[in-house]
Amino acid sequence: MIVGAISRISGPVVLSEGMRGSRMYDVVKVGEQQLNGEIIRLDGDQAVIQVYEDTTGLQVGEKVSNTGLPLSVELGPGLLSSIYDGIQRPLPLLAEKSGSFISRGVTLPGLSHEKKWEFKPRVKKGEHVVGGDAIGVVTEYHLEHRIMIPPFISGTIRDIYDGEFTIDEPVCTLDNGTRITMLQSWPVRKGRPYRSKMDPDTLLVTGQRVFDTLFPVTKGGTAMIPGGFGTGKTVAEQTLAKWSDTQIVVYIGCGERGNEMTDVLTEFPELLDPKTKRPLIQRTILIANTSNMPVAAREASIYTGITLAEYYRDMGYDVALMADSTSRWGEALREVSGRLEEMPGEEGYPAYLATRLAAFYERAGRVVCLGSDERKGSVTVVGAVSPPGGDFSEPITQNTLRIAGTFWALDTSLAYRRHFPSVNWIKSYSLYLDQIKDWFATSGFSDWKDLRAQAMYLLQKEVELQEIVQLVGPDALPESEKAILEITRMIREDFLQQSAYHDVDSFCSLEKQYWMLRVILSFYDRVNQAMGKGVPLTKILKLPVKTDIGRMKELTDIGKIKELTIQFDQAISALEAER
Amino acid sequence: MNRAPLFTKEARAISYVSGPLIFIQNVKGVSYGEIVRIILPTGEERTGQVLDISKDIAVTQVYEGTSGIDNKDTRVRFTGEPPKVKVSVEMLGRIFNGVGKPRDGGPEIIEEANLDINGMPINPSARDKPADFIQTGMSTIDGLNTLVRGQKLPIFSGAGLPANKLAAQIARQARVLGEEEKFAVIFVAMGITYKEASFFMRDFEKTGALERVVFFMNLADDPTIERIATPRCALTAAEFLAYEHDLHVLVILTDMINYCEALREISTAREEVPGRRGYPGYMYTDLASLYERAGRVKGKKGSITQIPILTMPDDDITHPVPDLTGYITEGQIVLSRDLFRRGADPPVDTLPCLSRLMNLGIGPGKTREDHRNVADQLYASYAYGRDLRRLVAIVGEEALTELDKKYLKFADEFERQFITQGDENRSIERTLEIGWQLFTMLPEEELKRIKREFIQKYHPAPRKGS
Repeated sequence: MIVGAISRISGPVVLSEGMRGSRMYDVVKVGEQQLNGEIIRLDGDQAVIQVYEDTTGLQVGEKVSNTGLPLSVELGPGLLSSIYDGIQRPLPLLAEKSGSFISRGVTLPGLSHEKKWEFKPRVKKGEHVVGGDAIGVVTEYHLEHRIMIPPFISGTIRDIYDGEFTIDEPVCTLDNGTRITMLQSWPVRKGRPYRSKMDPDTLLVTGQRVFDTLFPVTKGGTAMIPGGFGTGKTVAEQTLAKWSDTQIVVYIGCGERGNEMTDVLTEFPELLDPKTKRPLIQRTILIANTSNMPVAAREASIYTGITLAEYYRDMGYDVALMADSTSRWGEALREVSGRLEEMPGEEGYPAYLATRLAAFYERAGRVVCLGSDERKGSVTVVGAVSPPGGDFSEPITQNTLRIAGTFWALDTSLAYRRHFPSVNWIKSYSLYLDQIKDWFATSGFSDWKDLRAQAMYLLQKEVELQEIVQLVGPDALPESEKAILEITRMIREDFLQQSAYHDVDSFCSLEKQYWMLRVILSFYDRVNQAMGKGVPLTKILKLPVKTDIGRMKELTDIGKIKELTIQFDQAISALEAER
Repeated sequence: MNRAPLFTKEARAISYVSGPLIFIQNVKGVSYGEIVRIILPTGEERTGQVLDISKDIAVTQVYEGTSGIDNKDTRVRFTGEPPKVKVSVEMLGRIFNGVGKPRDGGPEIIEEANLDINGMPINPSARDKPADFIQTGMSTIDGLNTLVRGQKLPIFSGAGLPANKLAAQIARQARVLGEEEKFAVIFVAMGITYKEASFFMRDFEKTGALERVVFFMNLADDPTIERIATPRCALTAAEFLAYEHDLHVLVILTDMINYCEALREISTAREEVPGRRGYPGYMYTDLASLYERAGRVKGKKGSITQIPILTMPDDDITHPVPDLTGYITEGQIVLSRDLFRRGADPPVDTLPCLSRLMNLGIGPGKTREDHRNVADQLYASYAYGRDLRRLVAIVGEEALTELDKKYLKFADEFERQFITQGDENRSIERTLEIGWQLFTMLPEEELKRIKREFIQKYHPAPRKGS
């Protein structure tokens, strides 16, 4: 083991001498308190270490010992419903051990090594297995947790056992003597291998109208949510974590508020997954590295999170990963870079910011997993971005824009008038529209793309008309254009606005979304028709059925939404008859 | 750090002095973050803290400033301890300086504990969910941006706007419905003038709350660098009172902009790579280490609620200090010069205001079932009315539709009746009632944000048969 001595301390960065022979990203124990740290630069005899804990009290000359291992996470049954800090220390256990406040120098395993799990084998003696093959299953809550042969290992099964085991006990032995346990360890900075990547072509259903219908993201896709403070990034991330139709959700609170994590921790056990009707917490893994926790662990937290996500992907599941917020991660990178006295790039961020961001987002994707059964799994990454001053020209937003497939731009002025989700429909976009057109068609919404295009056209038209209104007043517009303004107002208020806290509206099924939009757009067509016959617009707008359309959100019965088309048709026909 | 030093290390080895920093040469056994006593040739003693150590140099910031320090005769003594503050329940009713020493002429307090001012981060899984509605008696806060216990809700002000008056009124009126519990106020002055500080003192005196208040005063003419320690000392005292003595503590921090300037001063002296507008890149983390000390902890009765006040330079909400604050705190109350000129009192600009924890503190059993809906509707209608004002400025009121004219009127009345309240202490029912009164100005079908049943129940004149 390599043992060095501290030669300099500056905040979370520590220099150590006598470290020759160490490898980059090796985990080290710093000082008498054995603080956890990681080597981030080697320079001759010296190693630069970022320390994951507060360095107050360290002295020059204290020992630094290299564990020789990269920063790794424990993978196996027991991850679900856990809450970890940035380096996979379980926070409830940490609280038991050191009280309500986080103390230093505590090392805890990510998984329970005492708990026994019932292992049911799925392969027989004598079968040939390769890395990624599921040799058996463990039931973790309701999920079939597949125990896989670790990557790059293969052989013929000599023995396989049935029964209850801890994660350290072998459940299987290969003919070459390799003993397989339910525990895998994986370095967080290295993506887990897969057989091949596929094009994402399936919608990630989030139950949010503005996301699913207007700016969809696919399973295995990437999305970013930038917005100034108070625009609802966190609410959007939490809403996605609640309602996304994936089997697993990994939620990373990276440099954000402590009370928000408490919110998730108290709310998720009570809410039910709309698909499985099980408490949401049972499919969720939380990584909480709040803003007052050590900055270097914040840098590590998103890697810890995505490695856990990839592990479940490898079992053949769809995983959604929410990172709130990647800007805090970038700032951690900047802080450490500043302490290293590196030449700063834009706004003080290190020059390698773009590379690191791209490397992180590229770990998302829909893949054919390792193993002979060609399972398919996906990791979808949704990253929140907190641009300073709400200014999207800053480096993190701009660098993420180059990578992310869907861009949900949150807008301060929409948030000020309590239009939530405050997604700006003019600035936002999705690059997956063509890829999932077929998916919508096979799901029974063949004209989704046309409806979407019409809605987008009207919303764009509204912006142009508003400019005219600002100059000459609304009365100067012709009737047909006034009708557009009325319809777009309906699209905005009755369709796009969606309350995350409403008991019915917080989740909107795809079918309901489709019909809601269809009702509004066919109302528009009908209004145009009637105006052609000379019915004044003001009369149509006074119809009580228009209020009913405004209340569609609260309905649970889709039949009633469909009926609205008949109702307004009759009401407008009556007006026509009056002429 | 827990080792008591067997002998004190003393050195006469200052090599370089720059701004608030001194560089000490050839010292061994110095630990990161420890407190240093600096003895000037005149015998005066000052306090500093180690910021960076390497083999031959320890960079130390001097809290009281470096004037008078020389690099020949000044001696430094290393204490081996992190900065600490003595705390006790006796602190209530006393006035301290920025590093926790009495400045009211009274005796030293008899300490119950001597605590590290940096505290430790609360384990997120040990946090308890804030849930108790605090009635501040201010319609704009209670009705639209509800404050709950354990929240951190800053007031963003501008130069010359009455943020202090608002903060004092909140401190005076705040209470939790149906409870008579022990509370304390900790007032933290950072770089404010004597006049501002005495305004608060007089206000607390008038209401008889003075013996429940602890003052930490670092006034405008006190050393700048001491400001770095002031909020930390105060929050350490707050944690002690909340978690050891079960008090509900309200911490008022004013003015955060002065704190951040002090941070920038040190950063510049250390020749660090500057972030936006010269503020250090780690300012977010630094501010978070203060703000995140608000909250509730499982198994403890007390709580810490924070109201930081900050003056936005040039009323610019995108300035780094309000910006980073807004990213950490759970909402913000924003004062507007425009409303101030129109005579609104308090001039709270409700549109950019927010309380992220509002939903935890409102609803049936806490305030009233229609609270959320009423707040949403007031927001939506007022925002629309405000938009129309801009339009009217160009095309004139005549060009508006009948409905739009109603909205325009609504916005005016909202500012006159709902926002403006002067010294009145309004109950939450009164606040909601004013909201419903305002809704009568609009056609009922415009109230889309409100459930029908609530309209039937609470609308002063509900439409028949709908």
